[in-house]
Amino acid sequence: MYATRPEARPATVEVSVDGVAVMVPVGASAAAAVLLAGAAAIRETAVSGAPRLPYCMMGVCFDCLAEVDGAPNVQACMVTVAAGMRIARQAGARDALLGEAPR
Amino acid sequence: MSFDLAVIGAGPAGMAAAVEARGLGLSVLVVDEQAAPGGQVFRAVEAAHGDTALGAEYSAGLGLVESFRRCGATYRPGTTLWHLDPDSGELSLTPGGPAQARRVLLATGAQERPVPIPGWTLPGAMGMGAAQIMLKTAGAVPSGRVVLAGQGPLLWLLAAQLKRAGAPPALILETTPKGRLGAAFRAGGWFSGRRLLLKGLGLLREAWGIPVVRAVTGLRAEGEGRVQRVLWDGGSADCDTLLLHEGVVPATHVPLALGLQHAWDQAQQCWRPVVDEYGASSHDRVAVAGDGAGIGGWQAALAMGQLAALDAAHRLGRLTLDGLAQRAAPVRRMRDGALAARPFLDALYAPSAAVLAPVADEVVVCRCEEVTAGQVRAAARLGAQGPNQAKAFLRSGMGACQGRMCGATVARLIAETRGVAPETVSPLRPRAPYKPLTLGQLAGL
Ligand SMILES: Cc1cc2nc3c(=O)[nH]c(=O)nc-3n(C[C@H](O)[C@@H](O)[C@H](O)COP(=O)(O)OP(=O)(O)OC[C@H]3O[C@@H](n4cnc5c(N)ncnc54)[C@H](O)[C@@H]3O)c2cc1C
Ligand code: FES
Repeated sequence: MYATRPEARPATVEVSVDGVAVMVPVGASAAAAVLLAGAAAIRETAVSGAPRLPYCMMGVCFDCLAEVDGAPNVQACMVTVAAGMRIARQAGARDALLGEAPR
Repeated sequence: MSFDLAVIGAGPAGMAAAVEARGLGLSVLVVDEQAAPGGQVFRAVEAAHGDTALGAEYSAGLGLVESFRRCGATYRPGTTLWHLDPDSGELSLTPGGPAQARRVLLATGAQERPVPIPGWTLPGAMGMGAAQIMLKTAGAVPSGRVVLAGQGPLLWLLAAQLKRAGAPPALILETTPKGRLGAAFRAGGWFSGRRLLLKGLGLLREAWGIPVVRAVTGLRAEGEGRVQRVLWDGGSADCDTLLLHEGVVPATHVPLALGLQHAWDQAQQCWRPVVDEYGASSHDRVAVAGDGAGIGGWQAALAMGQLAALDAAHRLGRLTLDGLAQRAAPVRRMRDGALAARPFLDALYAPSAAVLAPVADEVVVCRCEEVTAGQVRAAARLGAQGPNQAKAFLRSGMGACQGRMCGATVARLIAETRGVAPETVSPLRPRAPYKPLTLGQLAGL
């Protein structure tokens, strides 16, 4: 759970997290919006279905993989919010990622 | 597009390199995944420099960002390097098209050292750096009962920043064992590095009043679907957000994928690319500067970026050997000054064995594929020599993060089980794409 500090950074951008509207400051990431929305999870793991929330916020852990505006497997911490952005929880889906370069 | 110098990363090292190289007339491309320049230390400083909670040192980063913005380098924010062919100098970037460079500088910085304790995968457990990113990019603070657990300069910086932001942590669990201060003084560097250490003391003073438990061992998190309690040997506390930190390590993903020569850093217990005085790596087109070449802090990173730019200019025939020596001398002194306190800090905050290789078999070490420490030990007993073989046994390192979070832990567990020194186990060798590509990205290539 996170809270904004309106005196420092007013929350002026409306996005939705799992269908729930949340106001976040300009410059926040989609992963930050998830934490500000107080969501219980942003993804469920492919192996055991365990809930996860963002861990590193800097593109390292991939625990923020979510659906952003309909596109799956987006690293939500690397995407800056835009008005109307839809962020949704994603279950599993590791196979849709291409881990090795096409040769 | 073709450039004299391509810089990956717009942190202090990358920005300083770009400014210096532009000053010497080189054409420069700077690529960074983030939406704005600053790197980790000055992340989002253009938007957040007015937030007094972050402190004066943070706001001072604005000057560097401004001179970078003005320097005339081609800057591609929000862009990831996913492949580099060092022999031809071709960079594959997403989004957008490829680029070509005569010289490439990796200024990709550090990542937080993973802290694999029982329960660290529960929602509510995060890195301290992650909480700081919430503060820098969104002005946001964790709510409820916040516990900081671990050690290092960033712990005290974050405690002070959260306190200034009106959200002081409820508790600090410091994992530094007793007697470390003596060891740190014996390691040296405290006198020549005293200015930096005094800054640290200032942060300690600011955090005064927050309850601290010292020499904590046996750290673990528990809860139903999220962190609700933190426990340690001899105590426990309610907790809504658990922020973990055991220092930062070089982000070796790209340099290891390139096959650059690496050396084991005994003091910091991690691999680092082998570089010369100017950051030149074992490949003659590629240099590495900043915390990505070994943790030295942002001031050292800045100086290393400048040195790498001078070297690039010399190699490309824009600076004579004399010119190089002359310009490099004051920058080297700056770098050495910035590094002076390192022996002291490295000795004080050396990670414990339990952080490097979790004791309990049930701890998840590979967060992506949910592989436990016990499974890695079993694979080692079955003959896995290192993380590259463990991959085939367990899928550890084959998930989305490609081993960024588990590679070092898996290697350490295997070294321990086999009874060999950590530096004899080869690190996980990542492959391109350096970040997994989605079908959409591939279609757009
Ligand atoms: C989370 C975190 C928070 C930190 N906070 C502080 C702090 O508040 N104060 C402090 O003194 N030190 C801090 N540090 C330490 C930090 O390492 C600094 O010493 C400093 O930022 C290092 O500068 P640098 O230029 O070497 O790298 P960085 O500042 O880390 O910059 C590296 C840049 O490279 C980019 N990058 C990496 N890989 C790629 C790729 N494949 N493609 C494109 N771009 C890429 C990143 O987006 C990043 O902007 C922090 C470290 C971390 C990990
Ligand atoms: S939170 Fe770690 S990659 Fe996004």
